[in-house]
Amino acid sequence: MITRRDFGLIGLAFAAQSGLGHAAQYNRILSIGGSVTEIIYALDQGHRLIARDTTSTYPPQALDLPDVGYARALAAEGVLSVGPELIIAEEGAGPPETIDLLEQSNIPFITAPDTYSRQGVLDKIRVVGDALQVPEKASTLARKVDGEIAAATHGITNGDQKRVLFIISTQGGRITASGIDTAADGMISLAGGINAISSFTGYKQVSDEAITAAAPDTILMMDRGGDHGAPDNVLFNMPAIATTPAGQNRSVIRMNGLLLLGFGPRTGQAVKQLNTALYG
Amino acid sequence: MVALSTDSSALRDRRQTARAAHIWLIGLLLISSVASLAIGASGTSLWAALDKLAQGQELDLMERVVLWDIRLPRLVTGIVVGASLAVSGAVMQGLFRNPLADPGIVGVTSGATLGAIIAIVLGPLLPLAFLGTAMLPVFAFVGAWVSMVLLYRVATRAGRTSVATMLLAGIALAALGGALSGLMIYSADDDQLRDVTFWGLGSLAGATWAKVLIAGPIILGALLVSMTLGRGLNGLALGEAAANHIGIAVQRTKTIAILSVAAGVGAAVAISGGIGFIGIVVPHLLRLATGPDHRMLIVNSALLGASLLLLADVISRVVIAPAELPIGIVTAILGAPVFIWILIRSRGVVDL
Repeated sequence: MITRRDFGLIGLAFAAQSGLGHAAQYNRILSIGGSVTEIIYALDQGHRLIARDTTSTYPPQALDLPDVGYARALAAEGVLSVGPELIIAEEGAGPPETIDLLEQSNIPFITAPDTYSRQGVLDKIRVVGDALQVPEKASTLARKVDGEIAAATHGITNGDQKRVLFIISTQGGRITASGIDTAADGMISLAGGINAISSFTGYKQVSDEAITAAAPDTILMMDRGGDHGAPDNVLFNMPAIATTPAGQNRSVIRMNGLLLLGFGPRTGQAVKQLNTALYG
Repeated sequence: MVALSTDSSALRDRRQTARAAHIWLIGLLLISSVASLAIGASGTSLWAALDKLAQGQELDLMERVVLWDIRLPRLVTGIVVGASLAVSGAVMQGLFRNPLADPGIVGVTSGATLGAIIAIVLGPLLPLAFLGTAMLPVFAFVGAWVSMVLLYRVATRAGRTSVATMLLAGIALAALGGALSGLMIYSADDDQLRDVTFWGLGSLAGATWAKVLIAGPIILGALLVSMTLGRGLNGLALGEAAANHIGIAVQRTKTIAILSVAAGVGAAVAISGGIGFIGIVVPHLLRLATGPDHRMLIVNSALLGASLLLLADVISRVVIAPAELPIGIVTAILGAPVFIWILIRSRGVVDL
């Protein structure tokens, strides 16, 4: 006798089957957002990618893919022209007009959450894994990243946490630093540090005196040239920084921007690197 | 020189050139329109689609979306925005008797920018979610209109509008708008900053039928009203007193000019962002080629402005395909050198 429960199971079996049939079709994937692209490669699904956005710069083979432009200013026709069957985007992709048009074109559009926390990374990996129909691989990756983060922060006690100031730019002698609710803030706390500035959200220009008052033990910066990088002697000669413990000990940590702030599959590695640099 | 009378043969010549230019420019606009529909990053072919339609076949989804939902609203937006910017430039240069005047001079641009930035930065906090994606254009239009009305009130005393006061107050108001925008930018997060930057560079990429249907009629109305200003602006070129003596309704001309520019450019900027250069270059090119008679100049400006913006849009969407270059970059990069070259070649023309 077939019960309602059995019907349900049969239904599920069908759904799973048709789901799998569908998965085989999605071999032309457009990835929007550096961390999403990284996750796709980390799940060994890089061969299914046909295009990327400007922020997807890692791993290096991603650079060979056509670039559909900046994630928040996508043009509908450009996106359609690469012929995607599935689009996976980091939260915040747009503009909404373009997203509407893509939905009208019956191209599934999956948004991966972007929160700057341990759980946030794991959720992002799972969402991308589900979209690619490789949930087992995603679980494995998520567990691995989770383990790496846990291992990296092992043994930090509250008493000896260091105060870290993340500086995004020293353009023209003015320091733009991270407050709370940013990727930098999330990384600092994951690595067992304390963000030296907690009085505002986002990245803002900070006065010299506020930096002195923040009294960071170390400075954290992105390791890239141009206007963002300041050589050590310039950095530590800035009056605001010279007075801080970080300035007196000439303590600065430089890390690759996407590694540090991407909250992708290398988060564990980034946490470990930052943690080691902080507490050695 | 002002073309008020027709008895000089030199004048008649240039007027004929200007008339002939109507035909040429209509041809250019048609070519640009076809280019705008036919060229794009996706492989969708206009001709294949037309062929299918002629044979009574259904278009596939991709063709329908690309041609009907992406390229066609973009074409219409490009025409009305380009025409509006160029005509407003011509009208403002005539009204202020100043070759540097552009729509920005009546505060429209700074007001629209402030409105747009408020929508981007404070939008998520305001209880206006029902506006959806219409919030930014609505705010930009309201910003443009409010700043224009403010300026007009400041510059009008006892029923007379002082153009000089308007110019100076416009500079002050633009500074104030810039400061308020700066305040918004200071409190914006990273993503909002990128949105603000991209908005300022302008784009037709966000063109949708909804925007065309709302902004289109406003812009077309403003354009039609502007077409009636030719004689008045020709008179004003002699100076306000002289214009009054030869029977021009000076105050009426000023009011209509200011209102039509504010409505047209306000709506144009609201749907396309900051697109520079069209407003200042197009009228100058036409004055150099076909003379300063505003009756011809305004119509020709509309045609040439629309054509140039469409061509710039085609370039913006193919040059780094599948990504897209903001159109403001294209208009300035191509427009500025061409303009300078023309100025050098026609150095003899001192009076613009």
